[in-house]
Amino acid sequence: MISPVPPAAGTDTTGPAGTPVRARADYRTTVFYGLAAAVAVLLFALRTPGGADTRFQVVTGSGLFTVPVIAVPAEPVAWLLSLALVGAAAWAGVLTHQRRRVPLWLHIAVGVAFVLCFLVWVGAGRAALIPVTSLLAGALALSVPLIFGALSGVVCERSGVINIAIEGQLLFGAFAAAVVASRLATPFLGLVAAPVAGAAVGAVLAWFAVRYQVNQIIVGVVLNTLIIGLTGFFFSTVLSEDAALWNARQPLGTLPIPLLSQIPIIGPVLFSQTILVYLMYVLVVVLHVMLFRSRWGLRTRAVGEHPKAADTVGIQVNRRRVANVILGGAIAGLGGAFFTVGSGLAFGREMSAGQGFIALASMILGRWSPFGAVVAALMFGFSRNLGNVLSTIGAPVPSEMLLMLPYLITIFAVAGLVGRIRPPAANGQPYVK
Amino acid sequence: MSSQGTGPDTDQDTRSAPQPARGGDVLREIVTGNAVISVLAVVVAMAVGGVLIAVADSGVRGSSTYFFARPGDTLVAAWRAVSGAYVAMFRGSVYDWQAATFAAQVKPLTESVVYAIPLILAGLGVAIAFRAGLFNIGAQGQIIVGAIVASYVGFAWDLPVVLHLLLAVLGGLLAGALYGAIPGILKGRTGAHEVIVTIMLNYIALYFISWILKQQAFNPGRTGQRSPAVEGSATYPLLVPDLLVPGNSFRLHAGLLVAILATVFTWWLLERSTLGFEIRAVGANQHAARTAGMSVARTLALTMAIAGGMAGLAATAQVLGTERSLTAGVAASIGFDAITVALLGRSRPLGTFLAGLLFGALKAGGFLMQSVTATPIDIVLVVQSVIVLLIAAPPLVRSIFRLPAPPARRRRRPRAARPAGGPSQEVTAP
Repeated sequence: MISPVPPAAGTDTTGPAGTPVRARADYRTTVFYGLAAAVAVLLFALRTPGGADTRFQVVTGSGLFTVPVIAVPAEPVAWLLSLALVGAAAWAGVLTHQRRRVPLWLHIAVGVAFVLCFLVWVGAGRAALIPVTSLLAGALALSVPLIFGALSGVVCERSGVINIAIEGQLLFGAFAAAVVASRLATPFLGLVAAPVAGAAVGAVLAWFAVRYQVNQIIVGVVLNTLIIGLTGFFFSTVLSEDAALWNARQPLGTLPIPLLSQIPIIGPVLFSQTILVYLMYVLVVVLHVMLFRSRWGLRTRAVGEHPKAADTVGIQVNRRRVANVILGGAIAGLGGAFFTVGSGLAFGREMSAGQGFIALASMILGRWSPFGAVVAALMFGFSRNLGNVLSTIGAPVPSEMLLMLPYLITIFAVAGLVGRIRPPAANGQPYVK
Repeated sequence: MSSQGTGPDTDQDTRSAPQPARGGDVLREIVTGNAVISVLAVVVAMAVGGVLIAVADSGVRGSSTYFFARPGDTLVAAWRAVSGAYVAMFRGSVYDWQAATFAAQVKPLTESVVYAIPLILAGLGVAIAFRAGLFNIGAQGQIIVGAIVASYVGFAWDLPVVLHLLLAVLGGLLAGALYGAIPGILKGRTGAHEVIVTIMLNYIALYFISWILKQQAFNPGRTGQRSPAVEGSATYPLLVPDLLVPGNSFRLHAGLLVAILATVFTWWLLERSTLGFEIRAVGANQHAARTAGMSVARTLALTMAIAGGMAGLAATAQVLGTERSLTAGVAASIGFDAITVALLGRSRPLGTFLAGLLFGALKAGGFLMQSVTATPIDIVLVVQSVIVLLIAAPPLVRSIFRLPAPPARRRRRPRAARPAGGPSQEVTAP
């Protein structure tokens, strides 16, 4: 009996002799959904007071579509949502039993239902409104640098160079954008300077990692320290001495896209943004298509998976890696511009505040694919914003615990509890002919 | 390591086991040795820092507008700015000849040591992990968790003098070890990359300490700022008695002895113990270690536990010695500085000790420099990172100073066959 899938011991679904033996079912997704459903039932639904309402505010400020406050009866909705979660867990179990893949939209639906259920419980019977639009808008804003950083990581690591210096590239991009935009009094020139600065950091990383074969993680960590020191130094000297000249606020204006920005909830969130965010949308799609559908992408992945084979067919491994690391640095640098010109702020000391490391985690959670990284980055951005918003509303959960959650999820994820995560095979290994 | 006997591995090797070399080779060995590279790296880094200080100085920039008319002005201004900053740094870290009393003159040196103690301890933790091929970015989180437990034992329990200190130190040590063991266990069992896990654990610890400081037990006022002061019976005693140096206000505490003991222990662990042999074997080649019958997962977990324990000891130096209470910023940037300390020390115990002293001195000097001159302390970060970058890439330093290349036998190292994710090779033998 020859089967493409090795038979697994102890599976209860092995067919009778002669039929192909099926792979062992992986019930981890089901277990994870089941946990979410149990939490929703036990902690949220059962503890929601009866007869109370939860009020959601959909548009804040002056929107064209001023949707009134939506009040939902808390208890029935919480039960509805948590039972839907139970159903999703059961369905995932059935799908897994039949060896079918759990579709991506179900992951998203489960996440959304869980969060909604939580919000209904938090807001039940409170005077405070749950500001849905600003919750989502803030989440996107917090995710922008993460997404740029994660894309930078994808470009570098798919070619086999670990980019721990995302943090430094973000920070240097933010610095360069602020200084250039302020000195020349044009925010758009900040968007030109930021990727150049990020690319410079990337070039140093590539120089040390490829030319001298220094351990890439070490170079990255040290470059982060170097950039923190450099930007902090110039911030305390030149930038502080004449802030009006060197560090004035130069916000990029928002450019609402005519029709799209008037869609009720998501319109103002997604399509009333600065040009930097639109650039990000384009970049995500382009990178995803390029990485998996273009010659550049194929070569990049080849260099990252099996450099020797790539070299054998004539791809110049180290040249490709240097190019990709510089490109990745430029992407992260552009993302750094969001901290300053993108948010209309002046540069501040260490203003990237560890976001580069979260971007790195997003990339890993997204399994080194641009779309996956975006989803993970949005998760981080949303949960951080949720923590901030709930601490102002006065949630029954300490905001620190909420803020911890994405990091815990990441640990579970990389420990393989959610699914197997495999980096590019030659990641971090210098290539010497 | 020593079986190669070629001396590219450590400065200790170069000194203790000189090659039976012919005349010219000895000089060549000295010039290309790692000690020289280290010294030159420090020199280059100070020069880079000097350039930055000069560029940022307003006097220099003012006179540079007419540089081509009178270049002397610019150079004089630059010299003043740079020398002023570095002289202040020396006065703040080694010996202050402007102070009135002897005690005040020597105080900078003791301050350097005070700053160095946690750096040495946390650096040892990072170094031990390096030797097993693990990259421990988690010293920050391990320090925080260790500090929480050590300070809690210190202010909440009521115990006799010696026992109280011992238990508080032990508490910090164990808490750091447990927290450090998590990434080690996960790496051994599931292959989860320790860099990601430790980064995540750092953030979890950070949020945990800001939460716990708002609890009744840790902060009766619930301001979320500072815990009650650690009881006197649980603090490290001061090392320099008033009899020895009258009228001193030294903060130098017995944490220094802990740091020295930890350094000796690390040397014993790595060079003389069975576990240390396994750590180095796993760091050199996991597959070979497994084939030789070692349990790689167990070694990884133990290594990270010991590394975390060292970070926990660093935490005790902070909460039981220097600060004497728990604050949200207890770890400052020690956990990250520890990485550069371990890198500069080439993951060797003595090297890490000396690197910790150097960085402690830079920190102490940096504070005085910041208050006396207009130069911000961030320059210290720049100098530190340039030092480590240069030390990690000896060919670069050689090309800057046009030093000869090392003897050809180094090239025999099988570079293409490096194990994945093992930074130890480059760390120990860049």
